[in-house]
Amino acid sequence: MKRSNKWLWSAAAVVYAFLYIPLAIVVVYSFNDSRLNAEWAGFTLSWYKALFNNKEMLTAARNSLIIALSASLGATVLGTMAGLAIHRYKLKVLPVLVFTPVAMPEILLGVSLLLFFLQVLNLTLGMISIIIAHTTFCIGFVAIIVRARLQGMDESIFEAARDLGASRWQTFRLVTLPLILPAVIAGALMSFTLSIDDFVITFFTKGVGEPILPIQIYTMIKVAVTPEVNAISTLLMLLTLIMIIIASKLEGSAASDGISRKETG
Amino acid sequence: MALLEIRKVTRRFGSYTAVDNVSISVETGEFFTLLGPSGCGKTTLLRMIAGFDMPDSGQILLDGEDMMGTPPEKRPVHTVFQTYALFPHMTVSDNISFPLKMAGNTPRDIQSRVMEALDNVRLSNFGNRFPHELSGGQKQRVAFARGLVNRPRLLLLDEPLGALDAKLREEMQIELINLQKNVGVTFVFVTHAQNEALALSHRIAVMNQGNVEQVDEPSKIYGFPRNRFVADFIGKISMINALVVETTPSHLKLDIAELGEVTTISKEGIKVGDKGVMAIRPEQVRISHPSDEVVLKNHFLGTVHDLLYVGDVTTYIVELANGAHIKALLPNSAPGRAKFFEVGDRVGVSWRQDAGIFLND
Repeated sequence: MKRSNKWLWSAAAVVYAFLYIPLAIVVVYSFNDSRLNAEWAGFTLSWYKALFNNKEMLTAARNSLIIALSASLGATVLGTMAGLAIHRYKLKVLPVLVFTPVAMPEILLGVSLLLFFLQVLNLTLGMISIIIAHTTFCIGFVAIIVRARLQGMDESIFEAARDLGASRWQTFRLVTLPLILPAVIAGALMSFTLSIDDFVITFFTKGVGEPILPIQIYTMIKVAVTPEVNAISTLLMLLTLIMIIIASKLEGSAASDGISRKETG
Repeated sequence: MALLEIRKVTRRFGSYTAVDNVSISVETGEFFTLLGPSGCGKTTLLRMIAGFDMPDSGQILLDGEDMMGTPPEKRPVHTVFQTYALFPHMTVSDNISFPLKMAGNTPRDIQSRVMEALDNVRLSNFGNRFPHELSGGQKQRVAFARGLVNRPRLLLLDEPLGALDAKLREEMQIELINLQKNVGVTFVFVTHAQNEALALSHRIAVMNQGNVEQVDEPSKIYGFPRNRFVADFIGKISMINALVVETTPSHLKLDIAELGEVTTISKEGIKVGDKGVMAIRPEQVRISHPSDEVVLKNHFLGTVHDLLYVGDVTTYIVELANGAHIKALLPNSAPGRAKFFEVGDRVGVSWRQDAGIFLND
């Protein structure tokens, strides 16, 4: 191995260690048969058992799932429409409008949504306000993924459908949607993972009463980092990981399934 | 009544006029070609016939019916795209059955017609393949089958052979001629390749900068180009400045400065004193040794300036006494011999009195 390669590899190793060792510790200690996060005292599943007996934690998880599912559904429909619109109508302002929330600091989005809900809509904060807030910041992500997929495609495929007798709606249903479906699903999964662990925006737009998972975890560690927190974190990590893997697989497939412009051309 | 009638159609994009007051009519059963360099407006015109684009003014009539405002899916017109535009997520059979399904045919009818269509393009065993499993030529044939399966009144072809390599293109040209003959559907074919247009078409419209320069049969387009653009765009041609000095019902007499008089066939609307060029195709010019006896009246001496050997023929560029260049084509009939004359050789060039044409400025 060349000297420069060695250095690169070690640098990479350090970066990855820095990223993943803390996560690994959380996972390991979730199975540790001790209340203290200090030393290894043997393998146990008791923290997971405790977790599933913790009423408040279960409610928080349920609420977070409802929010994440609703928000990702809403964001997928709206984001797909936005992605299609941005691709079709070459308006300069449209992408700016759709993509800005993606780049906007979360704290700003959280504060502005809070003010909007309270002062403009006069909404009582709760599940609904969180769902709307999460949908808002996920739309941009879905739109970006959908548009990226469309950009790689031969435009004449859609014209061919119209040309051969399909109405606009039939073209969408029979040609456009099947072709962008991997991107749509990837966008949905991405939205789900963004929503389920979002803290900042949730914190601003949640009312009192409804426990939400990330906030609940935060509240618990204010007292102490208990193995229960490790357990719920491990589960959350697993769920997110699965979603990310599926999403990246679907996005990657766009390049290899023969619909890119290069292959048809 | 013409099947397709384009009446004074104009299409502008901003300040750029893509199609400028074009009128064309295409008869039923015809193989009609729009030929021109890129940017001449041929594709814009095709897109307006298909319904993807609308004219700013003028009319497009199909079977006498104005197509203005009729969306693409409601027109009895199908398009074969340059990129084939096969649906990548559907099998070959599903691609071909798509227009039949859209038209509401029964499943049984669809099945038999898809089989027939696959048979027509010799792809009977490929029904279950996906487009990315096919070669370029096979994709092309699927695109033809899909475009023709429900017998449109008109099939538009947008440079469909452009993506194929030279040898395959020639095979597909023959296939295309036979296909059109068999199905009897009217074809409007767009291309920038003049040899393709000459080989395939019943009639050709030569387009340039949004205008139609000439509409004629291939042999007329090649033999009697109406103006210098058409003459230059189609095939090879030599053009030498000339002045009309005498007109008769059958012939024109031209004076070529510092060279002499040339006789060409007569042409309507030309009068004594008109300036222009004498144009002649390389294969019409005979090249000979200067001492050879020549019976043709249009006969001059010159020097071989350059030559180009391409296997079957060699083109000799001969410089005449006045400095003008004229191309002469000679078949390489002696095996293994690339040329009969060398650069710098003195030669005679001659051509029939009905071979050259006069094109005025």
